[in-house]
Amino acid sequence: MNIPSLPEAPEDEAPEDKAGAAPAPQAKRAARLLPQPRMGGLMPWVIAILIALVVIAAAGGLVLRNLADNARADLAAAVTVQVIEPNPDLRAARGKAVVGVLQDMELVRAVRLVPEDELAALLEPWLGTAANSGDVPIPVLVDVELVRRATPAEIARLAAALEGKVPGARVDAQSDWLRPVYRALAALQWLALGLIGLVGLATAAAVWLASRNALGQARETVEILHLLGGTDRQITRIFLGTVLREAAFGALVGTMLGLGAIWLLGQQFAALDSGMAGGGGLGPADWLVIAAVPVIGVLLALATARMTIALALKGML
Amino acid sequence: MNDRLAEIVKFDNVGLRYGTDAEVLSNLSFTLYPGSFYFLTGASGAGKTSLLKLLYLAQRPSRGAIRMFGQDLMTMPRERLPDLRRRLGVVFQNFRLVPHLTAFDNVALPLRLAGAGEARVVKAVSDMLEWVGLAHRAQAIPATMSGGEQQRVAIARAVIARPKMLIADEPTGNVDPDMALKLLRLFEALNNRVGTTVVVATHDVHLLKKVPDSLIMRLNKGQLSDPTGALRYPPRPSSSPSGGESSA
Repeated sequence: MNIPSLPEAPEDEAPEDKAGAAPAPQAKRAARLLPQPRMGGLMPWVIAILIALVVIAAAGGLVLRNLADNARADLAAAVTVQVIEPNPDLRAARGKAVVGVLQDMELVRAVRLVPEDELAALLEPWLGTAANSGDVPIPVLVDVELVRRATPAEIARLAAALEGKVPGARVDAQSDWLRPVYRALAALQWLALGLIGLVGLATAAAVWLASRNALGQARETVEILHLLGGTDRQITRIFLGTVLREAAFGALVGTMLGLGAIWLLGQQFAALDSGMAGGGGLGPADWLVIAAVPVIGVLLALATARMTIALALKGML
Repeated sequence: MNDRLAEIVKFDNVGLRYGTDAEVLSNLSFTLYPGSFYFLTGASGAGKTSLLKLLYLAQRPSRGAIRMFGQDLMTMPRERLPDLRRRLGVVFQNFRLVPHLTAFDNVALPLRLAGAGEARVVKAVSDMLEWVGLAHRAQAIPATMSGGEQQRVAIARAVIARPKMLIADEPTGNVDPDMALKLLRLFEALNNRVGTTVVVATHDVHLLKKVPDSLIMRLNKGQLSDPTGALRYPPRPSSSPSGGESSA
């Protein structure tokens, strides 16, 4: 039988170098070894949904934080003085006395006696025309703007200064009224953070399952690569290329979905024209945080896939 | 000891069991030398494939010691196994071609795994496919190839990187006698011209006559016998391979 001569050995690329160890191929070469395996048709879409949820939760948390911060900034350096006096003349005199006492204090930046018309307008939704009739005794209200956020002791000193000179005057720190609201906002922020954490775990679990599934489907090929001298690193790179591509696609779609939802919600809240809701916009730093969500999602997917594949490969010889 | 006689593989009292089952290989002690041509024979179920799995590093033994290329496999971390595997060429019993790769890419795998440049890969793989007579089938995927063609792709993949040791598991099991002889001549060429140590597992005793300078190891129920003196030191070729085999 005629056997042709064995072809020349490939130059330089003999499977071992001078030290006997083969050089590790670059990522591009590793990726060329095999067509990119599929993680499973649903993985990009699962990631898209999870990323959309995180984007919405992150935006919601940031809006709540901004809303609380703005409200706190507005109200923390202000108090309201209330004087309850049925006699209209005496009531007016005491209102002026409050202004007189407070306007000379160092802690006070500005004092404004709320006009009776303004008070009546505020109360009209609840009292109707009775608010203007004079039959219902309406207290005198004095808005006091402080030079800074006052401590409870400073508020107490302010109240004490009024107590001796204006009988019936009562000082209310405005932030006290909203403390339950702040607490509710803080709880919602924690809820958003918890939701982000849970969705992060769900993302990792989805990628873990998809990676194991893909590795299981390609097990025969992975074994062949091992037996031909492939390293765990080379095999991992092949799979990470797929994870990167599919996670990036999912993150992009999820971010767009999330941003769409934020825009729609923003339109709804803008229509409320409420002072409090208006204080909850997103600043440039907040948008950076939201932009980081898909990047972190992809990194999380890569880290999870890498760990899953590395653990599975270690189980093979 | 000169280079010719330097051991390439040394088994010392090796046993292999799968899980908690009885040992499929017991008390194997032998040495393989560079440039030699070995036949591993035995009936089906004798343990040939298990022994080959130990040789091509798909299994670790349950007990005993194995040295390969001067390195102790028992204490070697798995991270270093790829370096050893790249010195081996394996023709698997069922070829184990990657199904979604072309013949060209299957043959190229060992070189690409070793980090070879693409220009060199193209030249070497083209030459190798020419050598096994499959240049015209370079872009065919395994599912569209005959058994003989797949076998030749598997052989080309096994020898493309000029392995120090070629291991073939029943390489002639799925081909006609003419093709079997041709494949055997390819192994001989590699053994004679490149100096590769060749280990061919087969249950076909007629094949043993075809390579006169070969050494024979016989497995029977997981135990190794030495009908022709192949396992003696220094090794010597069998003078009558078929006779030795048949009398064992």
